[in-house]
Amino acid sequence: MIPVVLQHYLVVSAVLFSLGLAGVIIRRNALVIFMSLELMLNAANLALVAFSRYNGNLHGQVFVFFIITVAAAEVAVGLAIIVALFRRRKTVNVDELTSMRL
Amino acid sequence: MHDQLFWFFSIAMLLSGLLVILSRNPVNSAMFLVLAMFFMAGLFVVLEAYFLAIIQVLVYAGAVMVLFLFVIMFLDLKSEQRRRFRILSFGGGIVVAAAFLVKVHDVVEDMPLVAAKGVVGTTEAVGRLLFTHYLLPFEVTSVLLLVAMIGVVLLSKRDLK
Amino acid sequence: MDDVTGLLWRILAGPLCAAVVIVLICRRSPFYADFSPVMERTAGPVIAIAFLLGSTVFAWLALDAVKAGNVMTSPTYRFLDVGDLEVNVNWSLDRLSVMMAMIVCVVSLCIFVYSVGYMHGDPGINRFFAKLSFFVFSMLGIVFSGNLVMMFVFWELVGVSSYLLIGYWYQRPAAAEAGKKAFIVNRIGDFGFLLGILLVWNVTGSVDFSDIRNYLKVHSHEIGGGVLTIAALLIFCGAVGKSAQLPLHVWLPDAMEGPTPVSALIHAATMVAAGVYMLCRVSFLVFASPAAMDVIAWIGGLTALLSAVIACQQNDIKRILAYSTLSQLGYMVMAVGLSVPQVNGYMPAMFHLSTHAFFKALLFLSAGSVIIGFHHGEQDIWKMGGLWKKMPITTACFTVGLLALTGFPGLSGFFSKETILGLAHERNDDLFVLAAVTAGFTSFYMFRLLFVAFLGQPRSEAAGKVKESPWVVLGPLIVLAILSVIGGYTWMGIPGWLVGEKGLSEVPAGGNVLALAMLAFVMGLALAFAFYYGEPAEDPIKTKFPLLHTILWHKFGFDEFYLALVKYVQGGLAALCDLVDRWVIAGLGVRGTAAVAQTLGKMLQLFQTGNLQTYAFLFAAGLVIILYYVVMQ
Repeated sequence: MIPVVLQHYLVVSAVLFSLGLAGVIIRRNALVIFMSLELMLNAANLALVAFSRYNGNLHGQVFVFFIITVAAAEVAVGLAIIVALFRRRKTVNVDELTSMRL
Repeated sequence: MHDQLFWFFSIAMLLSGLLVILSRNPVNSAMFLVLAMFFMAGLFVVLEAYFLAIIQVLVYAGAVMVLFLFVIMFLDLKSEQRRRFRILSFGGGIVVAAAFLVKVHDVVEDMPLVAAKGVVGTTEAVGRLLFTHYLLPFEVTSVLLLVAMIGVVLLSKRDLK
Repeated sequence: MDDVTGLLWRILAGPLCAAVVIVLICRRSPFYADFSPVMERTAGPVIAIAFLLGSTVFAWLALDAVKAGNVMTSPTYRFLDVGDLEVNVNWSLDRLSVMMAMIVCVVSLCIFVYSVGYMHGDPGINRFFAKLSFFVFSMLGIVFSGNLVMMFVFWELVGVSSYLLIGYWYQRPAAAEAGKKAFIVNRIGDFGFLLGILLVWNVTGSVDFSDIRNYLKVHSHEIGGGVLTIAALLIFCGAVGKSAQLPLHVWLPDAMEGPTPVSALIHAATMVAAGVYMLCRVSFLVFASPAAMDVIAWIGGLTALLSAVIACQQNDIKRILAYSTLSQLGYMVMAVGLSVPQVNGYMPAMFHLSTHAFFKALLFLSAGSVIIGFHHGEQDIWKMGGLWKKMPITTACFTVGLLALTGFPGLSGFFSKETILGLAHERNDDLFVLAAVTAGFTSFYMFRLLFVAFLGQPRSEAAGKVKESPWVVLGPLIVLAILSVIGGYTWMGIPGWLVGEKGLSEVPAGGNVLALAMLAFVMGLALAFAFYYGEPAEDPIKTKFPLLHTILWHKFGFDEFYLALVKYVQGGLAALCDLVDRWVIAGLGVRGTAAVAQTLGKMLQLFQTGNLQTYAFLFAAGLVIILYYVVMQ
């Protein structure tokens, strides 16, 4: 078995990102789309930590710390918006939320 | 030992991620997401980023996912009805994701091989960097959290105008 | 050596003040409500005549001053200063301009007085006199202009006021049309005039008459003859328009739609004479180019002949006189073209212009008197007849004018015409023949008019009831008749004014010329006698030579030709422009850009589904495309 190097981590990260991306495009439930977004964020985190490890400093890890913080804030706000939306439209299905259309 | 752990955590995490986007029930999706977060924390451990692994579990698997589950329960969502298969949406998502993946793989293949440097992300090391070099961003982050908190309180008011 | 500039200003100011005062004061107003009827009917003519009388007196004084050798020394004012072009307000005060001003003033005065009778009872009489005064002012401005630009300005003022006067009865469509026609046709000539001014300025560096004259004296050999010819001919274009020469003569007969005093003023003393006067004024330029002189002479000669021929078959009394004017103007222009600069220059042309001013005004005013007799209802000579019994004084005056026009020995026209014929005989035999034939035709159509309209028995009921006109009409007729008789004599008439005591001895009308001219006169008279004396009910030429009649009746088809020209050439151009505008500018340019924007918008609208997933897909696709692009670099 080949030894694990940076490239492996990056590929794993990319695959996870692609999964998130596909989820955002395919799923219609706003909550699941949101979860897919979290997957994409985590993919980025993984890439940053791997870079940190192979660069020999901790700046990448500090960056991931900030990303996690921002993600927490983002989740809070995003979920609040979804709740508010649900109160109004009684749905979280983005197919039915087409009021932005001309 | 490290390599075996990497493969285990990676494959498990990717499977969990796949199940997140394939589950019809949002609750299942959320649970698989928690699982993915845990395996991600495992990967962080393999990468010797111990502090982040703990944060990952605490913040993501703990706080964030609890919030998700809370909202799912709160909204009392039924599992999605089987709908007619949307080939355009499905195909588009697959194609775009695949194209992205292919390109990233191309780039990664061309990269030179480098050896891992022995840095360890202990709480002390990360904290030292955070409170010295990144002090200002750290403090600004607290403001960001405050803003997010106020925003959420405002958004959650029932008679939102 | 007194300064005579003050006189000049006073001459010019008279008619202008009259026009302004009439327009401002002579109207119904609460300030002098009790005098309103006076103000509306009487004040205008009185003011106009009074001011014009003042101008005439000043013109007389100026004439004396110029004869005494006084010159104008007052400073000139800067009018325009654009780059190298400097235009001053300066005046030319010499025998030529003062004599012309004198003629304008005297003839205008007669016409003003006459208008009181002719326009009696017309509701717009104040407007009429204001316009007349303004017209006289513009004309005097042309006469005294000291440079080409000022002359052009006054030239255009004359054009405007003639437009206003011809269209005085604007309620009549024909009058409005005629005014427009006169204005537009004049514009064509004026365009050439303007180009000529620019060319002269370009060549000589000045627009001032004296500067150009001095420049040409020294440098005329350095300038290519072609350039001078073109400049002279372009300036001549202006004269072609104003003096109604071929091919721009068409406006003048139509201008007969205006009131008769206007016809007299325009056709006798002023507007049409302006062209000839202008040629005399720039004679140094014209004389510098023999080729241009040839062209001018031939155009004049052809105009003279053609108009005389057309006049033979017109039935409207004023139109006959209009064509006669064209013909006489042709004589003058021809005389300019034939001038002998070394001997007496433009003298013959100016001489004929002056005498013509008197007798043509006389003829028009007599015709107007006849029209008054018919209560402004009839101008067809075939419905007149027998007027000599009812209107003896008018008939007598008309006959005097007629004899002067046809060159009957002893009257003013005889001297001026003989001078021109003698000149033609000396310079160009072809043109002499042309001129002599024209003289024959002149005598023919004028006696035709006399026989048909004035002699014999009344041809209609209305003709039997006419009465002699009032004295306010007859007075100017008699004054003009006297002037027409004596205007040609050296001891009193024009030549003395023009060239001093020398008179016209340098161009003698030799025996052969005199004999030929008399022969033409007599032949015309005899033919007219043969055709028209026996009181035919209608024109014998019409019955015997219908083809000839048709051609002449349609005036050789100039109007039809121009209409067709306008219709097809200008209409075609307009249609082309319309197509370009409609399809290229509006179609491609305006609607095209709109269509492109709209199509793009429609295309982009397809993406705006409002569906979140579609947006996500597009966003991700764009991201991937950028990624590919960046990596490919």
